[in-house]
Amino acid sequence: MAIDNEKVLEKLKAKFSDAVVESVDFRGDLTVIVTLEKVHEVLQYLHDDAELHYDHLSDVVGIDRMPRDPRFEVVYVLHSMDDFRRLLIKVMVAEGDEVPTVTDIWNSANWPEREVYDLLGIGFSGHPDLRRIFMWDDFEGHPLRKDFPLRGKDFDKTWDPDTIQVL
Amino acid sequence: MAEGKLLTINMGPHHPATHGVLRLVLELDGETIVKVTPHIGHLHRGIEKIAENMNYQQVIPLTDRFDYTAATLNNLGYCTAVEKLLGIEVPKRAQYIRVIMGELARIMGHHLWIGSHALDIGAMTVVFYAFRDREMIMNMTEEVSGYRLTPSYLRIGGVAKDITPDFIKFLRDFIKWFPTAVAGYNTLLTDNIIWRQRTMNIGVISKEDAINYGLTGPSLRGSGVPFDLRKAMPYSSYEDFDFQVPVGENGDVYDRYLVRMEEFLQSLKIIEQALENLPEGPVNVDNPWITNPDLGAVQEDISALIRRFKIQCQGPEVPEGEVYHAVEGSKGELGFYIVGDGTENPYRMKVRSPCFILVSALEKMMLGHMIADAIAIIGSIDIVLGEIDR
Repeated sequence: MAIDNEKVLEKLKAKFSDAVVESVDFRGDLTVIVTLEKVHEVLQYLHDDAELHYDHLSDVVGIDRMPRDPRFEVVYVLHSMDDFRRLLIKVMVAEGDEVPTVTDIWNSANWPEREVYDLLGIGFSGHPDLRRIFMWDDFEGHPLRKDFPLRGKDFDKTWDPDTIQVL
Repeated sequence: MAEGKLLTINMGPHHPATHGVLRLVLELDGETIVKVTPHIGHLHRGIEKIAENMNYQQVIPLTDRFDYTAATLNNLGYCTAVEKLLGIEVPKRAQYIRVIMGELARIMGHHLWIGSHALDIGAMTVVFYAFRDREMIMNMTEEVSGYRLTPSYLRIGGVAKDITPDFIKFLRDFIKWFPTAVAGYNTLLTDNIIWRQRTMNIGVISKEDAINYGLTGPSLRGSGVPFDLRKAMPYSSYEDFDFQVPVGENGDVYDRYLVRMEEFLQSLKIIEQALENLPEGPVNVDNPWITNPDLGAVQEDISALIRRFKIQCQGPEVPEGEVYHAVEGSKGELGFYIVGDGTENPYRMKVRSPCFILVSALEKMMLGHMIADAIAIIGSIDIVLGEIDR
C-alpha cells in the first residue's frame, strides 16, 4: 500500500518532533525543513525505515539566499524505488557551517556534495573526497554565490585602456 | 595484488571513446584497473549562473546545450518544471506534440549511443546505419522547428508552432520504416558472438548498488529496477499511452544494450499512439502573460504588439516557490530544481543531470576489469559531457 505525503510527514513528526522545523506541500511535492543538527539522523531514518525506505538519492541542491540569514539552503531530493515516491528534505546552513555528509548512506551523494562545495562553498564534514569538481583547483571564490560577478572577477574591474592596468 | 608496480595512465581528455572531454586517471595493475579517478569540468559553461540572469523564455535555448544528442527532452524538462511552478497545464494537443518530439529526440539520442558505442568496441558498420536513420529525424525536426540539432522547439505554455502536414507525412514514413531499421541493428549486434563476448558480464552493477549509486534511466533499468519517470510520475500525458518499461537482469553492458534496443521500439509505439490520437485545438496555453499573440493580431492591434514585445523582452513572471520536476531524459532522470522569487528571472536553477551521477559510479563498474573494457563501460552508460559539465 502506497504511503502518501501526509503519512510521511506524520511519521517524521512523531519520530523527530524537535527536528522538523516546517513542512511545505507545494504543487504535490512535500518539502520538510529539518534542523542542521539532526539532518543526518533524519536522512538515515528515511533510508533505513522499512515503510518509508527512500533508497535513492537523486540530487543535492545548494541555494544561496543572500542576504537572508542563515544564508544557504541545502535540499536533498529523495526517491523510493519501492513505489516511486519523492520527498525533498531541506536544511538551512549559515555561512561557515558544515553539513554532515550523507555519502555514508547513499554513494550517489558524493559528487553532488562536491558540486555544492565547489560552486557555493558549503562544506560537508566527513566527506571522503571534498575537492572542487567543475572549477580548477586553485580557483578562488564560488561562482554560484550571489555576490560572485556574472562575468567573472576580471570583468568586474575597470581597466584603463591606455596602460591596460586595473584602475 | 600483484608484485609489480602500478601504472597510472591518463585516458582523455581527448580520447575518442570518452564522448567529449572527460579525463579518466586509471591506475593499472598490468591490464587490470585498480583505481579510477574521473576529472570533469572541461566543458563547464556555468549555465546555471547564466540562467539566473536571464528570463524564463531565454533559458530554453540554454537547456538544448545540456544533452545535445536529445535536445528536445531537455526543453521538455525545463518547460514542464516552469509550468509546474506557474501552476498551468498546457493544452492536450501541445502535450501530445511534445511527446512526439520528445520521443523522436530519445530515438535520436539512442542512435548516437548505438553508433558510438559499437564504434568504440570495434563494430564499425552500425554507426553508418544509425546516422542514416538519425538523419531522417533531423529532417523532421527541421521541418517543424527550423533547426536540426538544438531545435528549442518548446515554449513555456506550449510549443513554438503547430506541426505541419509535411511533418506528419514524414513521420508516417518513419514509423513504417523504423522497425526494419531496428531489426537491422539487431542483426549486426545482438547475436554477434564478438559483441556478446565484449559486453556480457562486463561492468556489472547489482540492483542494490545501482540504486545506492543513484543510477537512473536505461543504466538503472539494465540492473532490473523498473524506474521510468514516464510511468512512475507521468507528465505531459504519458499516462495516456500504452508502453512497456524494459528491464534487464544482470546489470552488465549487454543488458543495458538490450534495454536501449527495446526502448527504440517502445518510443516508436508511443509516437504511433500519439499521432493516431492527436487531439485538435490550440498548441499554447490561453494566458496573455505567457503566450505570444499571433503575428496576425500584432499587425492589427497595438495592445497585442505591446504584449508581444513585453513577453519577448521580459518573459512571464513566475510566482515565489520552489519546485523539483524531473522527466525521463534519454540518459536518465533529468531534473530541474527551480526557485522562483516572483520576478521574471529564475532565482536559482539547478539541473540534475543523469550523466553526472553515472560518471561518479564509473569506478564501481570498472574495478577489476581490463582497460579495454573501460571503453565498453563508458559506452554503455551513454554519457554526454555537455550535460555533465553544464
